[in-house]
Amino acid sequence: MAIKSLEELKKIREASKKKVDLREKGESTEGMTEILIGMATCGIAAGARETMKALYEAIDEAGLDNVRIIQVGCMGYCHSEPTVQVSQPSKAPVLYGKVDEQIAREIITKHILKDEFIDDHLLNKTFVKA
Amino acid sequence: MSNFTRQVMVCGGTGCIASESDVIIDRFREGLASLGLEGEVQVLKTGCFGFCGQGPIVKIHPDNVFYVKVTPADVSEIIQEHLIKGRRIERLLFTDPKTQIRLEKHEKMEFYQKQYRIALRNCGFINPEDIEEYIAFNGYEALGIVLSEKTPQEVVQIVKDSGLRGRGGGGFSTGLKWELAAKSPGNEKYIICNADEGDPGAFMDRSILEGDPHSVLEAMAIGGYAMGANHGMIYIRAEYPLAIERLNIAMKQAREMGFIGKDIFGSGFDFDIEIKLGAGAFVCGEETALIHSMEGQRGEPTKKPPFPAEQGYKGKPTSVNNVETLANICPIILKGPEWFGSIGTATSKGTKVFALAGKVNNVGLVEVPMGTTLREIIFEIGGGIPDGKAFKAVQTGGPSGGVITQADLDTPIDYESLKSIGSMMGSGGMIVMDEDDDMVEIAKFYLDFTQDESCGKCTPCRIGTKRMFEILERLTNLEGDPEDLEKLQDLGRMIKDSALCGLGQTAPNPVLSTMKYFPEEYEAYARREKKTTYAIDSEKCIGCTACVRVCPVNCITGSVKEPHVIDETVCIACGACYDVCRFDAVVKP
Ligand SMILES: Cc1cc2nc3c(=O)[nH]c(=O)nc-3n(C[C@H](O)[C@H](O)[C@H](O)COP(=O)(O)O)c2cc1C
Ligand code: SF4
Ligand code: SF4
Repeated sequence: MAIKSLEELKKIREASKKKVDLREKGESTEGMTEILIGMATCGIAAGARETMKALYEAIDEAGLDNVRIIQVGCMGYCHSEPTVQVSQPSKAPVLYGKVDEQIAREIITKHILKDEFIDDHLLNKTFVKA
Repeated sequence: MSNFTRQVMVCGGTGCIASESDVIIDRFREGLASLGLEGEVQVLKTGCFGFCGQGPIVKIHPDNVFYVKVTPADVSEIIQEHLIKGRRIERLLFTDPKTQIRLEKHEKMEFYQKQYRIALRNCGFINPEDIEEYIAFNGYEALGIVLSEKTPQEVVQIVKDSGLRGRGGGGFSTGLKWELAAKSPGNEKYIICNADEGDPGAFMDRSILEGDPHSVLEAMAIGGYAMGANHGMIYIRAEYPLAIERLNIAMKQAREMGFIGKDIFGSGFDFDIEIKLGAGAFVCGEETALIHSMEGQRGEPTKKPPFPAEQGYKGKPTSVNNVETLANICPIILKGPEWFGSIGTATSKGTKVFALAGKVNNVGLVEVPMGTTLREIIFEIGGGIPDGKAFKAVQTGGPSGGVITQADLDTPIDYESLKSIGSMMGSGGMIVMDEDDDMVEIAKFYLDFTQDESCGKCTPCRIGTKRMFEILERLTNLEGDPEDLEKLQDLGRMIKDSALCGLGQTAPNPVLSTMKYFPEEYEAYARREKKTTYAIDSEKCIGCTACVRVCPVNCITGSVKEPHVIDETVCIACGACYDVCRFDAVVKP
């Protein structure tokens, strides 16, 4: 559908906001948990595809139906690729670095299921966005 | 679910570990356990906060309180006061040096603002293959506003007023470039996005295209409207398959929603974009060579004037803009030129993305306001030099730039200041070197690249860079003479003055600048002194053979459990044995 006015664009934006509110503000109407994984060339070279596969498998094994994986670009943390951000409703987003398959599974089994952070892999966001 | 109500996060970055953060973690765990709180408060070691100057850092979650310069002696107070009684410990909060106000939330700290992301705003936060996520972050609103509320002249004026300058290397005013193209006669005009990214140390353009392709497409349409161009083209190297794929997906979605194509936003403005693949030659990033390559001719530069804004693609007025430049356009439209102009220095506005690499802890992309110092980038954001080594120099501007030493680390960087200290902004590659790096070898590396990438059209660059490279080879092979140093200087100056395009004109820079700041290293080579070979201390060596396995030139010999020896005539002083030996047996030169 072609958008022909700013008004129409704004409607689509309001409708799309739901998709990103969780990531930005920790708000969600659907009770979904969101996992962002950096899938730029740098992330993929560091093994992000394997990480993503492990995340999917672990989600399946745990039988979770309220977790969504979203592929994003790179956040610039080349020193810690692959990077994964976990956003859960009503919680500050948590960022992990150097997430290999093992850590990916722990993100599901520990962070999501038991609310335990994974020591040694936490990353801190060190910038503000315009 | 566990019952943790709070988390204590202790920085586990190299800098903080050095200042006892491990001890702090242990004290927290012991202290909490003795109070039976280990099930309620979780103690975690986190990655570097990038704030090493204030370390060790402890953050309490979810209170979001940030303590700096914490010592093991402070731990019991934090437990008693903060965790049990819920009272903040004022003394450990960070004090803003300017306002003298203690800040408890680290988002408010000036350090945290050191990285300010405009061009990279969406990278890592949106799904680049979902246009709705881009729209959710105000995507295509700038285009909508421009097409429904502004005249092309107004758009040009906004971009001019913002002070945005080209991020592809030259630093020419983007608004002025658009204005020149707009004023050139003719109704067939082009806007080209330069995504060639030839600097071997830079990858910010790739990251933007992979992480936020719509921001570039939207900016191209805005530029097209401003200058009266209905055709957009993206020149991208075929080596960037993922970026190309994401661009194609983004273009398809943007077409479906009517953001590119006919009668955009019902304004009557038509704009389409196509992708042209390049073979990845450095010289094809130069705008005239790029245009020739797109026309199907040899990718060789031609002299300017005429500038592409007058006569570009197919002889028509053309604006060539870099990816990162374009990624700044939509925020400028949405937030206004005053906002953009308030960031940066007097002559250089906004931010610049740097690809920080080499001997630095936090390798990666950083986006900082113009005017940030190299020290802040390397030591604060970059977390300093690994393994406690000393900083030696940093190369900015890639193969066209030069080295910057300790003496200039506190220079606020912008286009002019970098030039005045003998380097340049370039596309934003930033390679950090430590005490072990050999500056002649570094210069040789860059010259090898440029002499190889020279298109060969003009003699000074084609032959001159080759001769310079040969001299450097002679020197490093210990076959050179002191006269070679003069020849290098002379050749360098001549090539700079007489080459046709920017490639040749800047190719001698890495050599000339290292010669200026590290003359002693060149002189040692000219005297044929091999200044660096490693040796093994036979007292300390236990004969574990670890070094034998890592030596790239196989110059270490010895039997198991017997002291090993290094053949000094073959050793290239790479230092691999030094790094691998766990018995301190390898001695540095
Ligand atoms: C040898 C050489 C290589 C260049 N490579 C690039 C490049 O890879 N990407 C780029 O945007 N500009 C490159 N440039 C600069 C372009 O000629 C041109 O100035 C730039 O694309 C204009 O865009 P801007 O004003 O947005 O920076 C190169 C220049 C030279 C001399
Ligand atoms: S300076 Fe070098 S790259 Fe540029 S036109 Fe001359 S030969 Fe070609
Ligand atoms: S690594 Fe060290 S201890 Fe082992 S053989 Fe080499 S010099 Fe000796």
